[in-house]
Amino acid sequence: MDGDFQFLFELVTNGILTGLMYSLVAVGFVLIYKSTDAINFAQGEFCMIAAIVVAGLLQLYDLPLIVALAGGLAFMLIFNWGLERVVLRPMIGRPIVAIIMATIGLALMFRGLGPLVFGAETQPINLPIPDDPVIWGPFFLIPIDMLGAGISLAFLAAFGWFFMKSRKGVAMRAVADSHQVSMAMGINVERYFALAWMLAGVVALLGGVVWGNAIGVDTQLAQLGLKVFPVVILGGLDSIIGVIVGGIIVGVVEALAAGYLDPIVGGGTKDFTPYVLMIIVLMIRPYGIFGKPIIERI
Amino acid sequence: MSESGMTDGSVKLSVSDISKSFGGVQAVRGVSIEVPKGVIFSIIGPNGAGKTSLLNMISGFYHPDEGSIRFENTDITETTPANRAAMGIARTFQNIALFRGLTVLENLMLGRHVHMKSGVVSSMLYWGRAQREEVEHRARVEEIIDFLKLSDLRKQPTGALAYGLQKRVELGRALAVDPTLLLLDEPMAGMNQEEKEDMVRYVLDVNDEFGTTIVLIEHDMGVVMDISDHVVVLDQGAKIAEGTPDHVRADPGVIEAYLGTGNH
Repeated sequence: MDGDFQFLFELVTNGILTGLMYSLVAVGFVLIYKSTDAINFAQGEFCMIAAIVVAGLLQLYDLPLIVALAGGLAFMLIFNWGLERVVLRPMIGRPIVAIIMATIGLALMFRGLGPLVFGAETQPINLPIPDDPVIWGPFFLIPIDMLGAGISLAFLAAFGWFFMKSRKGVAMRAVADSHQVSMAMGINVERYFALAWMLAGVVALLGGVVWGNAIGVDTQLAQLGLKVFPVVILGGLDSIIGVIVGGIIVGVVEALAAGYLDPIVGGGTKDFTPYVLMIIVLMIRPYGIFGKPIIERI
Repeated sequence: MSESGMTDGSVKLSVSDISKSFGGVQAVRGVSIEVPKGVIFSIIGPNGAGKTSLLNMISGFYHPDEGSIRFENTDITETTPANRAAMGIARTFQNIALFRGLTVLENLMLGRHVHMKSGVVSSMLYWGRAQREEVEHRARVEEIIDFLKLSDLRKQPTGALAYGLQKRVELGRALAVDPTLLLLDEPMAGMNQEEKEDMVRYVLDVNDEFGTTIVLIEHDMGVVMDISDHVVVLDQGAKIAEGTPDHVRADPGVIEAYLGTGNH
């Protein structure tokens, strides 16, 4: 194969894999948005906390991976349940912007408290996966990326099924549509909020572990939240399919920018090109590629 | 006029002396109503008379500043809207309030929500039971779909339906709750004559066949006078008259406050 083409091919495949790992984090935003209509800016911090807990259980107590993961899962379920109960539930019915500001407050608080409680040095999470790239025909693949992309696809499919087909998922969409009407139908809106936040905790655990394995566990991990924001905006805040496509687009754009633009300008374009793309999409389709346009009756 | 045998003289809903104000505006002032079981009970009055506020207090969205609400002899003043729905109070809304992204079937299935027992975990553990439950609820929803002649629209997203049909689906969703008290907030508003006639027939049939007690807010005087057993007139938040349609129609205060404004 032609060398230039080989290079492009590698950029795109790795972009896709990285992008799907972004999707895994991004779906956390969608879960919250779909059920509460608010944007949770602390999703990246949730990933960080989950990863810190898992890394801590692995390092400090020398537990087997599966036990550490189970511990992390239990922690995130309880943590997010409590968070919803204490901070977010009292805000039901307030303007959405108040809820968003609360999540930003939480995010900054966690980012500050995380290192205080758990220490500032970078902890590893080592999944039993080889580091050596796999060369398979024209593909040059990194195993952790493949695992991350695989986990991501599996869970996105599960969430897609949940929202489209399961009774709880449909009820959750109804809650997002109108709290008031849902109540009139006898739906316990608060219980669905709790469920949404707990699911966001589960997703954060997956994202945190996969990314923690890839880049190490410290407060940098919390940056993931902002990092995947273009993914959510591109795909549409309320679309699971959108998260997948948005993730792939962002991953590929980043990879192409790193491969072709960075050598010319001396680096750094990878970090902002997704945001440029996000702004362009916002101008053309403010509700994202797959988001549902809001029709106002006038 | 409903002549259903379901009227046994017992009181379905009793609202005692409730008031509600928003800021400086007194929306409802000391209103009491008593709705006998099995009747069609209409609340009329000019715009801003407090009809919808009253309905919102009955369904639990507003908490009255004063007074109490009893449903089947239970005080429900402090009961949440969701629990009131579970007790058998369903409603429709003045502006269409369907879940727009969902299909007709999904909207109606959500009406069954109060009757669904299995939770998230149990529906994962006892797959069979959850499935069986789903089938039962689906059967009830199909009855309602037949009743309201919505069979062709099952899989349609509700946002795409014509206005009159959306109103009908909303009625269906409320019926899926299996309510014994149905609150209808202007079910015929904005409809053409044919749609109105359909809706009137459905309301009468619901009252007749299911014995559902109906509290109706409606602006069309012709419809109200035709189908109501009992009419209450509100003006500026207060009750100014009540009685049979004939009685209300003849009331000079009502004529002045409402009918005198050019309506029939």
